[in-house]
Amino acid sequence: MSARGTGGANGTGAAIEVEQLVREFKKGPRAVDGIDLSVSPGEIYGFLGPNGAGKSTTVLMLTTLLPPTSGTARVGGYDIVRDGAHVRASIGAALQEAALDAILTGREHLRLQATLQGMPKAERIARSEELLERVGLTEAADRRVGGYSGGMKRRLDLALALVHRPRILFLDEPTTGLDPQSRSALWEEVARLAHEEGMTVFLTTQYLEEADALADRVGIIDRGTIVAEGTPAQLKAEIGSPTVEVVPADAGEADALAGRLEGFGTLARNGRGAVTVQLPGGESQLAEIVRALDQAQLKVAALQLHQPSLDDVFLAKTGRKLEGAGDEEQDGDGPADGARGGGRGRR
Amino acid sequence: MVPRTGREAVGVAAASSAAAPVGGGLALAEPSLLEQVGAVARRSVVRTFRQRALLIFPLIFPLLLFAINGSALGAARKIPGFPDVSYRDFALAIPFIQGALFVAVTAGTDLARDIESGFFNRLALTPLRGSALLAGQLGGAVLVACVQSLVYLGVGLATGVGIASGFLGALVLLALSILIAFGFAGLGALLALRFGTGEAVQGFFPLLFVTIFLSSSNLPRNLIKTDWFKEVATYNPVSYLIEGVRSLIITGWDGEALALGFGFALVLCVLTLSFAGAAMKNRLVRT
Amino acid sequence: MRRFLFVARGVAWRSVHNTFANPAIILPSIIFPLFFLAAFAGGLSSISGVPNFDYKPGYTAFQYAFVLLQSSAFGGVFTGFAVARDFDSGFARRLMLSAPQRSGIIAGYAGGALVRWLVTGAVVTVAALVAGMSVEGGGVELIGLLGLGVLVNIAAALWACGVAMFLRTEQAGALIQMPVFIVLFLAPVFVPLHLLTGWIHAVARVNPATAALEAARGFIAGSPVKVALAFAVLAGAIALMAAFSRRGLASAERAG
Repeated sequence: MSARGTGGANGTGAAIEVEQLVREFKKGPRAVDGIDLSVSPGEIYGFLGPNGAGKSTTVLMLTTLLPPTSGTARVGGYDIVRDGAHVRASIGAALQEAALDAILTGREHLRLQATLQGMPKAERIARSEELLERVGLTEAADRRVGGYSGGMKRRLDLALALVHRPRILFLDEPTTGLDPQSRSALWEEVARLAHEEGMTVFLTTQYLEEADALADRVGIIDRGTIVAEGTPAQLKAEIGSPTVEVVPADAGEADALAGRLEGFGTLARNGRGAVTVQLPGGESQLAEIVRALDQAQLKVAALQLHQPSLDDVFLAKTGRKLEGAGDEEQDGDGPADGARGGGRGRR
Repeated sequence: MVPRTGREAVGVAAASSAAAPVGGGLALAEPSLLEQVGAVARRSVVRTFRQRALLIFPLIFPLLLFAINGSALGAARKIPGFPDVSYRDFALAIPFIQGALFVAVTAGTDLARDIESGFFNRLALTPLRGSALLAGQLGGAVLVACVQSLVYLGVGLATGVGIASGFLGALVLLALSILIAFGFAGLGALLALRFGTGEAVQGFFPLLFVTIFLSSSNLPRNLIKTDWFKEVATYNPVSYLIEGVRSLIITGWDGEALALGFGFALVLCVLTLSFAGAAMKNRLVRT
Repeated sequence: MRRFLFVARGVAWRSVHNTFANPAIILPSIIFPLFFLAAFAGGLSSISGVPNFDYKPGYTAFQYAFVLLQSSAFGGVFTGFAVARDFDSGFARRLMLSAPQRSGIIAGYAGGALVRWLVTGAVVTVAALVAGMSVEGGGVELIGLLGLGVLVNIAAALWACGVAMFLRTEQAGALIQMPVFIVLFLAPVFVPLHLLTGWIHAVARVNPATAALEAARGFIAGSPVKVALAFAVLAGAIALMAAFSRRGLASAERAG
């Protein structure tokens, strides 16, 4: 029996390092199309993108459940292809579904996980109790998971990922479907893990506020490529200026509206007829815009001023808003068709 | 690359200065194969016994058919050449095979559910070996098969069926029926690993049931008048499984029937478990 | 009455359309009766060698009668599965909201079941004829045989609808199927009634399915037996099951 989890050499010291990672599926587009990223130890890295962007595919590759088509990645200092077993020993993962057994109790889940990770019996028991307490499931520990609420399941999922005290944690859309209270509680725990225990967290999400609230750095992925990367503040600062979104009262006047506004800044248009213009001069340009529209006798149905958000970053980089962007794609996030990695739905 | 913030820099510095791997957690010894099998088997057994409907229906349905057919086909013993036993004695072998089918479906459905729910991925992230996962999953199936076989034998004895091969024969009967169930459980696992859904596993169930009918389940092969049916029954391995079990009940110690019964049961186990093992390797894709 | 027929026609059309548009549904309902015919008539044909087995048309015809009625009964049962699925998916609620005369829904499901069985029954009949089944009954007897099949199908469909509407979940499948299965198999399936012995003879004697089965066999042999009893039993079963399914519908309406 070999010792595990002691890590390999990694010159840069990054916890996760990805170089030109690609994943192609048969009869489909490239789900991940040559991404580069680097996550420092103890950092919370938010991987933000719409459904179908390639977030879950990336996570499946980094957690060794899906082999990449090309490119390299090192997690915890180990190559994901050559040293898969070591990678798995170094990481914990809570993937897109809670992936629990409805017939087993919470405590049984933890004991099973601890056994499979190779913990001695006494330690299994102690560690299970510790984690149950940590995630607030001690009272429900002997109830079958089938009776747990969504929030409880997610907490158990997180606890299971932490059983063997990994240094790197992968969370794939951990708060999808949770109520606001459960979501906040999970955010608190993730932040605590990173800030107090120095855990590296790779978090995928399609929620702007989640990336904004939790992540030290954010990588925005769309259609398999990273379109922007930086701290939330940096990314928003790149966009810099506020934007104004104008919806014409008569959809047929959208072109005329765009023509009138293009002198104020960079334009973007969406399929619903709205025209968005960046205001490099700031909010003070708003009055000029109103005057210009009035002079041109262009009637507007709505006019809204936006401060930059990560959605604006996405919009600026891709020409689409993050919300609803994934609905344009054929399927949910993750492999479009074909393998879902590990044990799911291989065809 | 975006310049690192202070916190990131501290993290990197700490990692570099410690000259320790940035990813390593606990240094844990990989559990032995036996430990892994034991853990998975324990889960399989717990799951099985907590889903009582999965235990009760496979017990009751074959016994119901046994009760009905054992009586309804009683006149068959008047067919010239029929063995000199009651039809009920003749028919007792069938529940053991039908029960094995239910074991197959249950084992397969359980595994398919793990795949569909993503629990399989969770297991894949541990050091668990594919062979241990397969062996452990089938552990629960084997236990159910033991319980079923004991019940069928008990009901048979209680309704007046005599075991021609005696107490030792009854033990051999139990061993054979459990081996058969294990082989079918491997088939269930193979279907689950190959197709990944419970529906696919259950969709095969009628097909498996058909193989029991197209055999010597209802009449000895030499008394089947319809030529094509007799041919099919002769080539159907299920016939030999049934005849092996049946020989212990109505004949005593029939070396040929037992050799064929155990032989086909072993072949079934080897084939299904080999293919299931290959399918496991294919599904448990980890780098 | 007009609204009743209107609703029934709509529901029946959907039922038939969904069945025939989906091979996964129609094929098993055809294949399984064929399989039973092959297994029983082929595998158990030696039964005709039992002393006092005196069914003149032969064992294939003997089993054909059972398989025909079994396919009819299970055709009705499968309808119950579809009803249960509709409740699970929420489509049943849509039906109940839009149907001006809700009992027409039950009639529609039963009507769909009947159309499906007519196809299945035709296939089974052709298969039995190809297998060399001898039919000694004339046109009137064969119409009587068809009538038996129709009534069995309607009774089973009403039973299945009733259970499905009471329970409103696909988990009801076993409860729909098992009683029908038991009733069928506690009839003289493999040998005539007079060759049964023991407890099963006692049960089969009072089993309503026995009258229908013996009447069916009599029609095929050209010597009708227990015809009045069979039709009376089936008419009674239909009346009972119609009331049962109506109560099931009321239960579903109350549940909303």
